[in-house]
Amino acid sequence: MEFDFTEDQRALQEAVRDFLKGECPVEFVRAQWDTETGRSKEFWAKFAEIGVPGLLVPEEHGGLGMNEVDLTLVMIEIGRAGLAEPVVPTAAVGAPLIRDCGNVALASEWLPKIATGDAIIAVAQPTSPLVPEAECADLLILRSGDGLYAVPAADARITPQKSNDPSQKLAVVEFDAKDDQCIARGADADRLEGMALDRGALAAAAQQIGACEQLIAMSVEYTTERKQFGVPIGSFQAVKHQVANIKVALEYARSHVERAAYSVANDMTSRSVDVSSAKIAAGEAALQGSSTSLQVHGALGYTWEQDLHVWMRRAWTLDLAWGETAWHRERVAGALFEDTLPAESFGFSPPA
Amino acid sequence: MDLNYTPEQEAFRQEARSWLEANAPKEKLPSFDTKEGFEAHRAWEKKLHAGGFAMVPWPVEYGGRGANLLEWLIFEEEYFRAGAPGRVNQNGIFLLGPTIMEVGTPEQKARFLPKMASSEEVWAQGWSEPNAGSDMANIQATAIKDGDDFVINGQKTWASRGAFAHWLFGMFRSDPDSKRHNGLTFILVPLDTPGITVRPIEKLNNKKAFAEVFFDDVRVPIENQLGDEGKGWEVAMATAGFERGLMLRSPARFQDTARKLVDLYKRSVASGAFVAPELRRTVAQCWMDAEAYTLNTYQTVSRLMAGGKIGAEASLNKIFWSELDTKMHETALKLLGYRAELLSGSSEAGDVGEWLDGYIFALAGPIYAGTNEIQRNIIAERILGMPRK
Repeated sequence: MEFDFTEDQRALQEAVRDFLKGECPVEFVRAQWDTETGRSKEFWAKFAEIGVPGLLVPEEHGGLGMNEVDLTLVMIEIGRAGLAEPVVPTAAVGAPLIRDCGNVALASEWLPKIATGDAIIAVAQPTSPLVPEAECADLLILRSGDGLYAVPAADARITPQKSNDPSQKLAVVEFDAKDDQCIARGADADRLEGMALDRGALAAAAQQIGACEQLIAMSVEYTTERKQFGVPIGSFQAVKHQVANIKVALEYARSHVERAAYSVANDMTSRSVDVSSAKIAAGEAALQGSSTSLQVHGALGYTWEQDLHVWMRRAWTLDLAWGETAWHRERVAGALFEDTLPAESFGFSPPA
Repeated sequence: MDLNYTPEQEAFRQEARSWLEANAPKEKLPSFDTKEGFEAHRAWEKKLHAGGFAMVPWPVEYGGRGANLLEWLIFEEEYFRAGAPGRVNQNGIFLLGPTIMEVGTPEQKARFLPKMASSEEVWAQGWSEPNAGSDMANIQATAIKDGDDFVINGQKTWASRGAFAHWLFGMFRSDPDSKRHNGLTFILVPLDTPGITVRPIEKLNNKKAFAEVFFDDVRVPIENQLGDEGKGWEVAMATAGFERGLMLRSPARFQDTARKLVDLYKRSVASGAFVAPELRRTVAQCWMDAEAYTLNTYQTVSRLMAGGKIGAEASLNKIFWSELDTKMHETALKLLGYRAELLSGSSEAGDVGEWLDGYIFALAGPIYAGTNEIQRNIIAERILGMPRK
């Protein structure tokens, strides 16, 4: 029993943090709002050079062969930076789905391209008709009836939707189900889709942790600089205590997220409940972070110009991605009260 | 990261489980807030000590088992699973003991720790004074050196276990010209010393268990000073870190309450009684929060075992467990509906009494061990770096 990250894992996190500081300042995030696609091929190519898209891709296909525990630390940094590129559907959900679906030809064709940054994958969310990153995707993994299909972009009819977070790219996708594009049916399709949901929710939760850290940092900085009544407003307990409350929510959410990462990486029996707990806790922490940060920034935080809303909007929309909070709450409640899933009390072994 | 127990850890769990099954009292002991219950709990501690389980993480020479903190967590899980009694000497074993181990002299360790481990000597806390609560640096009780003794004068209050305990630990102003955090000394005081008057105070639960303690020219030998003279504040902060951060409230306690709450919810629904719809969500949230506290503690223990220290982050824990405990008991009382006011012994009460006792106890949580407002100041200033002034 050792519930901590290794030095190598921390070094990876640091490296990604430093990379994003240089390549993804908030000016970059905001500039992408006004471009045609909202996505940057140049950035993605550089991201592939440090291995992020292929983090979960096996080494024989050119990836790093790492697992979700490693990826979670990377996703936290992505959330902190406010980066909006197709990391979740491509690296966190698409790559392992293609790896695990048992279709050797599909894996051989797409995994190397994911690792080199030459393929973007979109994956349908089981909890919503909105497909993230469909417009920029080369391959879409979509559900129809009891089958899961790998559909090339050319075969998908995409209707873009506009999100309240200008960084989010969502679309409704229609396609004609073709047998030669079917990658799984029945229980196999359900299993892959269930795993995709948990991976997507975990990646969203980890970003919420990073976004929440950023919101706290901005609030501390602003309330230390801003003076009223001749003193920094951060010296008032009414302000301090609100920010302290976010920190409490954040640190306990982080524990859930790190446990969920382990559960997904090791496919533990409690995986789904662990992921839902993480998604709920991280979502609540990030939402508390956004409302509190807005309040302590006062009118300045209410402007489009101030960068605070980059992370506020991210917190709002991540809360809806890969199962909104209410959906995850019901999944945990079902497990606890109707025994629909295993909900294990950590450490506390049941009576022998 | 490896979230599996080793075979040795599993074997230790089995050993603790078997011993507790064979030895833990089958009937609930009377409250240790009464004289009778206090002695019954001391008798249980004696048995626990004889079985080698009183102080699992302490060195064997001080009456412990020499186990590591992870094994302590496992033991606590089994302890709560077995429904074993509350720890009457928690001020000593969980708070003062670790502090003596860190800053005590070899003589102090040998003198105090074994009798603490066996609860032959039960300890009270002497922090607060009438004018030094949240503002603890305003301590005014004095301990002035005179020959080989300190002479103590003044008053302490809200001394937990004060009504029945044998010893008291606390901070006193040893330099009468000093201000605030300076000039305080941490001193261990036998409560049967002449000049001490203990006046029990009736708590919200109707029992006289904590106390005011008055000192009138009380002579205590200078070897009872813990840590350096004038450095009491630093010693006290080490104690507070353990109290808030780890030992006082092991996660198993809250997991146990959370599981009882889940069970109560299921039974309430199954009985056909009215259950407010929002309680489904609240109960699930309580269970998740107890899990979060557990996960966080395992992370803290992993860090400590790798050589880390508990710092200001202990304040995060204290807020989280105290507010969770209150929320769980409030929720249970809502599930119990109209019965929630009934005391044990009423024919309609069922298991209300235990939840009601637990609720009243939980209400103290956000106040003792440093109010949650003080913890929020610590988080804001010492963890986040927000301005003090």
